[in-house]
Amino acid sequence: MTTAEEHKSNGIGKDLAIYACLLALAGLQFVIAYQNIDAPQMFMRMLVVAVVEAGLAAMFFMHLGAEKRGFLLFVAVFTIFVLLTLQYGWTDSYRMVTGAPFSK
Amino acid sequence: MSQTDLTMEGHSTGLTVGPAFSFPTKKLAMWLFIIADTMTFAACLIAYGFLRNGTANWPRPFHSITNVALMTFILLTSSLTMLFGLRSARAGDKAGAFRWIMITAALGIVFALLHIREWIGLIGEGMTLFKNPWGTGLFGASFFSITGLHLTHVTCGVIALIAVGVRYKGGRYNADDIEVLGLYWHFVDLVWMFVVPLVYLLNLAH
Repeated sequence: MTTAEEHKSNGIGKDLAIYACLLALAGLQFVIAYQNIDAPQMFMRMLVVAVVEAGLAAMFFMHLGAEKRGFLLFVAVFTIFVLLTLQYGWTDSYRMVTGAPFSK
Repeated sequence: MSQTDLTMEGHSTGLTVGPAFSFPTKKLAMWLFIIADTMTFAACLIAYGFLRNGTANWPRPFHSITNVALMTFILLTSSLTMLFGLRSARAGDKAGAFRWIMITAALGIVFALLHIREWIGLIGEGMTLFKNPWGTGLFGASFFSITGLHLTHVTCGVIALIAVGVRYKGGRYNADDIEVLGLYWHFVDLVWMFVVPLVYLLNLAH
């Protein structure tokens, strides 16, 4: 059975449930925005919520969870690896804050 | 079987069915594009984070969350309507699928208009690409570039929705093409889930 036929056989209840979860998570981000916490902590909390939202959207709305396991791994591993390698510049960003000179 | 068909399939009739590697070609192409575009947005957002983290006088000009909350709700709902359109297409309900796709496009247009209205408001307060009355000029450049890139994606998505919807109704495209378009639209929504907290919510004026 193809992914299309599998999708047809599922009810819309699942779609509505995921939609409600996404709305709730988006609302949670707005709640976090008004919490009395420092910026790094707020950023981490919002990022976690955003990653969960992205996971739900990718797995259920984009039907990545219903695809072949090998393809899911290809998308997930490739994307996460490149996202992680984009993080190399944060030490320089913090150096800008403190005004520390370049390393010798 | 025509020469074009042989070139596309790579085999003569009857020996194989479907695309090579057992994965729909159009869907694979869209996923590869989505992965590449994810990197683009990630690079933009990380560069924005780099600048924000390393700049002392970063402005926090957003007093109200109403507009961005409404935009988020509209975009999430448009993802749901896109799912309904795909469901109708899979069930063979052409009229229903076309209706849901047009509703999705309409929600996308509303999102774009709200976004443009927000831009006009900020520009009216004195914010440009290079300066603003609240702090470093880097804020305007990063804000307009990230939100502008996303707005461009939404606009192109709306155009694609209308074009594919009309052609689907005319019989040129089928439900698989609706699914591929749906992947792009959900991706646009997914990116917004990162743009909202990083660009808007972390810059609220407390």
